[in-house]
Amino acid sequence: MSDRILMQGNDAIARGLVEAGCAVAASYPGTPASEILSSIDRWRKKCGATMHVEWAVNEKVAFEIAYTAAISGLRAAVSMKQVGLNVASDPFLSAAYLGVTAGFLVVSADDPGPHSSQTEQDSRLLGMMAKVPVLDPASPAQARTLAATGLDLSEAFCVPVMLRPTTRVCHASQDVDAAPFRPPVREARFVRDPARWAATPVFRRKLHDRLAEKIAAIAAWPATAPVRANPGASPAKAVVASGVAYAHAGELFGELGISDRIALYQVIQPYPLHAAFIDHLLDSYAEILVLEESAPVIEMQVADRRRVRGRMTGAVPGTGELLPEIVERLLSRFAGLPVPAGADPAQGGGRKPTLCPGCAHRSSFYAIRKAAPAGIYPSDIGCYTLGINLGAVDTVLCMGAAVSQAAGFDYAHRLSGKRVDIVATIGDSTFYHAGIPPLIDAVVQGARFVLVILDNGTTAMTGNQPTPGTGIGAGGETTAAVDMEGLVRACGVGFCRTANPDRLPEFVALLKEALAHARERGVAVVIARQPCAMVALAASGKTPGAIVITEECNGCRHCVDRFECPSLVFDEAANRVRIDEMTCTGCGVCVSVCPAGAIRRESPGEKRT
Amino acid sequence: MSADVGKTSHLRQQVVLSGVGGQGILFLSRLLAEAAIAGGLPVITSETHGMAQRGGVVVSHLKAGGFDSPLVRAGRADLLLVLKEENVPLHREFLADGGALVVNAPIPPDAGPRARVHAVDADALALSAGAPHAVNLILLGFALARLGGGTAGGFFCTAGEIRGALTLRQGAGGSRLAASLSALDLGISNGT
Repeated sequence: MSDRILMQGNDAIARGLVEAGCAVAASYPGTPASEILSSIDRWRKKCGATMHVEWAVNEKVAFEIAYTAAISGLRAAVSMKQVGLNVASDPFLSAAYLGVTAGFLVVSADDPGPHSSQTEQDSRLLGMMAKVPVLDPASPAQARTLAATGLDLSEAFCVPVMLRPTTRVCHASQDVDAAPFRPPVREARFVRDPARWAATPVFRRKLHDRLAEKIAAIAAWPATAPVRANPGASPAKAVVASGVAYAHAGELFGELGISDRIALYQVIQPYPLHAAFIDHLLDSYAEILVLEESAPVIEMQVADRRRVRGRMTGAVPGTGELLPEIVERLLSRFAGLPVPAGADPAQGGGRKPTLCPGCAHRSSFYAIRKAAPAGIYPSDIGCYTLGINLGAVDTVLCMGAAVSQAAGFDYAHRLSGKRVDIVATIGDSTFYHAGIPPLIDAVVQGARFVLVILDNGTTAMTGNQPTPGTGIGAGGETTAAVDMEGLVRACGVGFCRTANPDRLPEFVALLKEALAHARERGVAVVIARQPCAMVALAASGKTPGAIVITEECNGCRHCVDRFECPSLVFDEAANRVRIDEMTCTGCGVCVSVCPAGAIRRESPGEKRT
Repeated sequence: MSADVGKTSHLRQQVVLSGVGGQGILFLSRLLAEAAIAGGLPVITSETHGMAQRGGVVVSHLKAGGFDSPLVRAGRADLLLVLKEENVPLHREFLADGGALVVNAPIPPDAGPRARVHAVDADALALSAGAPHAVNLILLGFALARLGGGTAGGFFCTAGEIRGALTLRQGAGGSRLAASLSALDLGISNGT
């Protein structure tokens, strides 16, 4: 029996932070980083430490909460996905200049591929831009130790430190050793120093000088120096790898039998790359292959174009995930071995994601198309992006953009004298995150559109984290709750009505009323309120069933094409629809969708509320 | 690296689990990983999260017995466990020569000439047992019975280790555990 514990990479990061005495942690959920904060709370409870752990309204706020703890003498961490760091980039760049007084770790999880993101951006580049050192773990086990190393490094040089895991670290699980928890320092002590904490541009210049000195010193810090995996012989070639690309390479070095012919180094700290290591590489090797995700951060620091191969030289693909099949081909070519021609496993293809059976977003989208069939439909980031399958999502840019894009479409079309109905959709969590400032702007500018806030009372896409409207905290504790209707009215919106979208005919009528208001008097808000089907199902434990297709089904496909519920399956052979009993939740919304009245509820009185 | 107890020193196995969101692929891969640890094997897995989980294709990789990379390369899987038959053409490239495909299907699908194919209609079994969410455990039980557990060429863990991991996860004596164990046994009895 082993005393090692199965930990997801995100669990391991959380464990490392709590073990190292982190006292304040904040986050906004986003794949692949979402589990870090909830896991911090679990470990906190396990060791009985007093901590402040919060789901913040967005990443900028989360960053500022945690950063402020770290300038008050408490170890702190903020976690987010890579596009979340874009939102937090303003405090991130400034915090690098001002520095910290206790360890501060910024966990920014990248998503090469991308698997569940808008971009494949490399957070390490933002670290470089901000002059913030970056650590790049290769596995869950290493992520745990580097979380603590990062806090030590941060404290040693009084700078924020970034830990940059990728999806293949965050969402890998591994048997991991655990260490005892170190009780956090509990006494906050903010030392007033306005020349630093409120620095004017003159002082900022001095702080920049000091930051540059710190980065030079960190490039010589022994604890994060690159490690050679296969010490011994002095070959002419070297592979330099970081993150999960190092894990793939390490395994392949053994399989390909090239350990005695090529040196393999793991870079733990890709920025700043250790200066002595750069000299050593260029002094010792005729050819160097760099394997890293997803930008050439290490490669650009080893600046010898004649000897270094990587993404900049085209030797390594410039986009996409470095899958082990690709690493195998790159290493084989570099070692002068025959390059395997084998197929890559499927990336994509197969069944596409859809809204869950019983999801009320489906009702909202169906109703929007009914009410404004020729409309423009800006949307946003969340499960409801999948409204694209129902033809009710035209744009998805970034968090909160549905609201500003709705206004932008109105102004653009108005300039050319065109009238067009615009119905934007945004989830409740996304609305709180970044939807409020553009709503204020739209009211002030007199924009004409309908905003449907899809309020399912949770952050569903990322695993059902609470929102500011739910009154529940990160650890399940009761918090204050924000009144969404009051908030919308306070933004100056004249039309704000709430309804259950699953009552389809009434909801369509309400949308038409909102559209009429928007055309004449400016922005109208409809709050489509119905709990997330996954939460409702888990709570009620309801068994599936009770919806049937009668003989009246004529195979018109309206329900399949326009309502697009995965539990409505078209049987091509029989030319009619059948219910997939494995997945149907029995919500019954489809009953009012069928033009032929062929979808019925078998036993009445079971309607979802 | 690997704790050198009994079977562990030479048993290395790569498994790919394939299905769609909501079928419990993630639960299954964690369960197998915990069974591996209980059996003294180092283990690393890779999971699918986020948007794909909303009814889309979900795939987990699991490597037991001392690996660094969390991903199984094409042509390297000893075992491919498929919970949704339509995924077979998508993921059969993972199978090694002579590898085993265990699939939830009424009739064994084509998986190329070099795969050993074992099929069971786990959907029908789950529905008739009144447990539509237990397809994952039924298929796992079936696979353990067909391939044998804890041996080279078979499964890296035994049905007993799976039962132990389920008990640790769901707590002894509860109704959830009883339902899980009976689903596992339903699969085992259909594989023997």
